[in-house]
Amino acid sequence: MNSILALISNQMSAITILPEIIVALMGMILLIAGAVCGARVTRQVGMLAILGMAVAGFVMLCPQRMHFLPMGGQMASFGFRYMFVDDAFARFVKAILLIGSSLSIMLSWYYVEQEESLERPEYPVLILFATLGMMLMVSASDLMSVYVGLELQSLSLYVLAAYRRDDLKSSEAGLKYFVLGALSSGLILYGISLIYGYAGTTNFIALNFGVHHMEHPPIGLIIGVVFVCAAMAFKVGAVPFHMWTPDVYEGAPTPVTAFFATTAGVAALAMFMRMLMEPFSGLAEQWQQIIIFVAVASMLLGSFAGLAQSNIKRLMAYSSIANMGFILVGLAVRSADGIQALLIYLAIYFINTLGVFGVILCLRRNGKMVEKISDLSGLGKTNPLLALTMVLFMFSLTGVPPLAGFFGKYFVFLAAVKAHMVPIAIIGMLTSVVSAYYYLRVIKVMYFDETQQPIDDLPDYGVKIVIGIAAVYVLVFTIYPTPVIDAAAVAMHSLLGG
Amino acid sequence: MTIGLNHYLVVAAILFTIGILGIFINRRNVIVILMSIELMLLAVNINFVAFSVFQNNLVGQIFTMIVLTVAAAEAAIGLAILVVYFRNRGNIAVEDINQMKG
Repeated sequence: MNSILALISNQMSAITILPEIIVALMGMILLIAGAVCGARVTRQVGMLAILGMAVAGFVMLCPQRMHFLPMGGQMASFGFRYMFVDDAFARFVKAILLIGSSLSIMLSWYYVEQEESLERPEYPVLILFATLGMMLMVSASDLMSVYVGLELQSLSLYVLAAYRRDDLKSSEAGLKYFVLGALSSGLILYGISLIYGYAGTTNFIALNFGVHHMEHPPIGLIIGVVFVCAAMAFKVGAVPFHMWTPDVYEGAPTPVTAFFATTAGVAALAMFMRMLMEPFSGLAEQWQQIIIFVAVASMLLGSFAGLAQSNIKRLMAYSSIANMGFILVGLAVRSADGIQALLIYLAIYFINTLGVFGVILCLRRNGKMVEKISDLSGLGKTNPLLALTMVLFMFSLTGVPPLAGFFGKYFVFLAAVKAHMVPIAIIGMLTSVVSAYYYLRVIKVMYFDETQQPIDDLPDYGVKIVIGIAAVYVLVFTIYPTPVIDAAAVAMHSLLGG
Repeated sequence: MTIGLNHYLVVAAILFTIGILGIFINRRNVIVILMSIELMLLAVNINFVAFSVFQNNLVGQIFTMIVLTVAAAEAAIGLAILVVYFRNRGNIAVEDINQMKG
């Protein structure tokens, strides 16, 4: 009898974790294939990696798998003794991650083929493993699986940041990211050890139960949660732990920066949300103050520090800090509306950023990448279509109605007002006006500055496809936002257990 | 005097603080930063094992095993990145890591 029960629970675990198994197997197969065949198969390895992620995404959402999950996937399905959970929230975020990772592999093709030192099949494999780590983070239901997923993601990202190994800036970016990333891993571990010590468990369900039944939570537990919050602020790149973001964004190879900007923050944020809303919802009064501070500080710093930047990758770093601030407002209000708004914002922001990085990757003169904002000058005359898509992305990031970015900010600030946190909404709106300056400056440079030598023609289709998808997404969301909003609502309900 | 849980926690807290200070105060060598990171992780391990023993709960010791494994992988990757950096820069002094200012 026991062995039958064990078999059933093993099968359950396997079905719950099936998408991750596919990504992991694909990563290992491609690693061997790449090692055997060498650099000339980089593009094919990338294509297979995208195929693997597409299969994983399809399996994750296909009705046959849902059929095996409790209540047809409407309820959370646990695996591995409650270490791993699959619910609508996890599926929503994983869909974003898989799309983001696939598109950032596409962005990298032409870039890595231009230089011999970069064209190696490890690149897509590392992205695949980083994605696997992110998927584990999003689905973690125990502090142990949180840590393992986080490290799998971080270790892959350290290597990716230093991927241009003959370039001083890239290796410096990798070194800085490694030191600060390892520091934040240390902080999160110390926090976890205190949580484990004072709550007696690392499981989310047991923690939730335990925290809700404590008259006065022990001070050690609260200190542990504060440590975890600080470490997570590091991982998402929010003030006051944002120091690494501009340097790593500037130094890392541009496709890697695109990958960082679109997926790394999303995964860390989703994991953070699950931790705060599930096990530590009983300590909300304690963590809410921290999140409010982090959100407001990120909005202010991201908006004002971005004004002085001349490098467009650095500008995007400050833009991501400011956007993290806007996103964290959705968490700070601690309401169902806030969570839904946050998820909608994530679903818009990631693809918008991918589009911007697609345009940045088109900027080559005489075969070399250029990344100054002034290098965009005259783009409106020399490359009208590219300039037009950049205008679209910049307006969307600014939050000009009726583009997608407007809806993101609208829902977040609406949730803040509904939760009677009007000052935060006002600060958010004022800082988004400030940040509008640097987004609009890019448009001004493209259309009104002296025309420079035109940029090189891009013979590759990967980047064009990504820009096209991002532009279409931003436009379609403007007209027909219902599917994303509904999916976010379902995800929100599954996270809040409603 | 018997040695209780609090003594272990204090030792771990001191080691952890030394680790963090080692990262921020040290201006000379990046290798020292790698050592400081190891020190932080080992302090966490002391915490885990102490809690685990005093609570009769094995989870902490399993966690320690995972931390040890991951710490080894982390150190390997850190040293690899450091070697790449050294080839490009020619030295590993902390104050010379300043190509980009933020």
